[in-house]
Amino acid sequence: MSPFLVSFKLALWTSLILLPLGLLLGRWLAFSANRHKSLIEAMLFLPLILPPTVIGYYLLQLFSPETFTGALSSKMFGGPLVFTFPGLVVASIVVNLPFAVQPIQLAFSALPLEVREAAWVSGLSPWKTWWHIELPLVWQGLLASSTLVFAHALGEFGVVLLVGGNIEGVTRTVSIAIYDSVQAFDMKTAGWYSISLLLFSLAALLVVRRAQPAT
Amino acid sequence: MSQSLTVDIRQSKPFSMDVHLQCGPGELLALVGPSGSGKSTVLRTIAGLHQAGEARVICGEKIWQNGRTNTGLSPQQRRVGMVFQHYALFPHRNVLENVMLAIQDQPRDVREPRAREWLERTNMTGMERRKPAQLSGGQRQRVALARALAREPDVLLLDEPFSAVDQQTRRKLYRELAQLRRTLKVPMLLVTHDISEVQQLADSLCLIHRGKTLQQGKVQQVINAPLTKETAKLLGHQNLIPARILRKESAQTIHELESGELLTGPPCEFPVGQSVILLIPPTTISIVDSRQPPAGINCLRGFVSDAVGLGDELSVRLHLETVTKALRFRVPLHIARQSDIRAGVTLDITIRETDIHVMASDDT
Repeated sequence: MSPFLVSFKLALWTSLILLPLGLLLGRWLAFSANRHKSLIEAMLFLPLILPPTVIGYYLLQLFSPETFTGALSSKMFGGPLVFTFPGLVVASIVVNLPFAVQPIQLAFSALPLEVREAAWVSGLSPWKTWWHIELPLVWQGLLASSTLVFAHALGEFGVVLLVGGNIEGVTRTVSIAIYDSVQAFDMKTAGWYSISLLLFSLAALLVVRRAQPAT
Repeated sequence: MSQSLTVDIRQSKPFSMDVHLQCGPGELLALVGPSGSGKSTVLRTIAGLHQAGEARVICGEKIWQNGRTNTGLSPQQRRVGMVFQHYALFPHRNVLENVMLAIQDQPRDVREPRAREWLERTNMTGMERRKPAQLSGGQRQRVALARALAREPDVLLLDEPFSAVDQQTRRKLYRELAQLRRTLKVPMLLVTHDISEVQQLADSLCLIHRGKTLQQGKVQQVINAPLTKETAKLLGHQNLIPARILRKESAQTIHELESGELLTGPPCEFPVGQSVILLIPPTTISIVDSRQPPAGINCLRGFVSDAVGLGDELSVRLHLETVTKALRFRVPLHIARQSDIRAGVTLDITIRETDIHVMASDDT
């Protein structure tokens, strides 16, 4: 499998899993008055400032068969997660969590409480309020979230290298392929990979900007 | 269905509240008070949007909120029609859909005709396909009202619905609401801090201040006869003069002002010797020709300390010669010119005795 396909598969899985997760967390962070909210928020946003190697190191510890989580994941996936594609997906989910949550949280925060209350007093159940009122008003946040996650997961490097290694066809993503090509002085291949990633990321950011309501 | 609404709210946190009110079927009760007095919280408690410390909300036979267990129905179960201060229309839905969403519990085929009927009753025919962003403030308010009424609610709650529209639109909307409410047989609560709005629209008035009910009654009764000085001030009364009951006669009471001057008022329940506050409505004050010596009942002399033209009226502040408090009233501009009323001049006035209202003084 080409590095492009590995990256694409990784980005797709990450986005698919993070969309519902980001939706739940983003909505909860926007509406909840829980006093532990800021701590949870800080933890969720840690991957934004931590070096990917630190996250990778802790994930390796978590995946280690000696730990409870490692044993559990081995049971679930039929072997250790390190240097496998599912392991890569787990790492990618952790790193991309803030990119998934933040746009959704912002979209829900912008929703006036009065509008939701108007829905409730109009007789709409919480589920109907979500379906008829909230979802149509936050879809731009969902689009922004998924696009950002997809683009970011596509180019993920540090954590991927630590957790997934560099196994051709399994865990070698585009960014690792660029690193490899540069190491081997194959600047032409590195250039192709790089310009592809660059153009895709630019397109993704344009989509995100367009989706945001004009301010 | 005709039914009354009874509300009792008590709470100490996050702010103290002690509110009791009643509203009959077809009655429009205005909740009046300064900003932050808790008026909107009362509406939100009735709608089930605020969980007060201890609240009892009873609508007809149904208990919406049980004070003892403090359990209650959800906002969806209460059948409340509510117009929010900023209307809270669903911005992504057009006018017709906004109203139809409030009648989701109705069979599919009756939703549209009923929504159209209410839009017609609120004068919004022809605007069905517009989005809220394409409407003026007045039009948004009409849609919000149609949405609230289409549900055929057991109670209609109006949270400062006129605060976001201009004066001209406001007058038009007053007329429309006054017309519409004739056909409504449910209790209606209107939150406002505009007394003139209350006088034009409401049947009764409940004054709320710092989370407490101060007085409830028919609008004119509360406005003309507030129970305390605090209530009088909140209702915008300015002429509050301290006095003492000197003598009671069969059809009148003689009050002695701080200076010793006497003022005759209507009979009152306070005993002789009690300190009271006299409320003198500006409309009971008349100008006396100053070329004649002051004579007759309730004739007082003072000097004009301030006179400001407000449109076709002159707002006058008159310092009575013997009383520290000043009286405020308005005089039509042409009369003010004729009588040469301006700051610094001496002025004689008479006060119509029948309209003086007597309240207990704070320190009794």
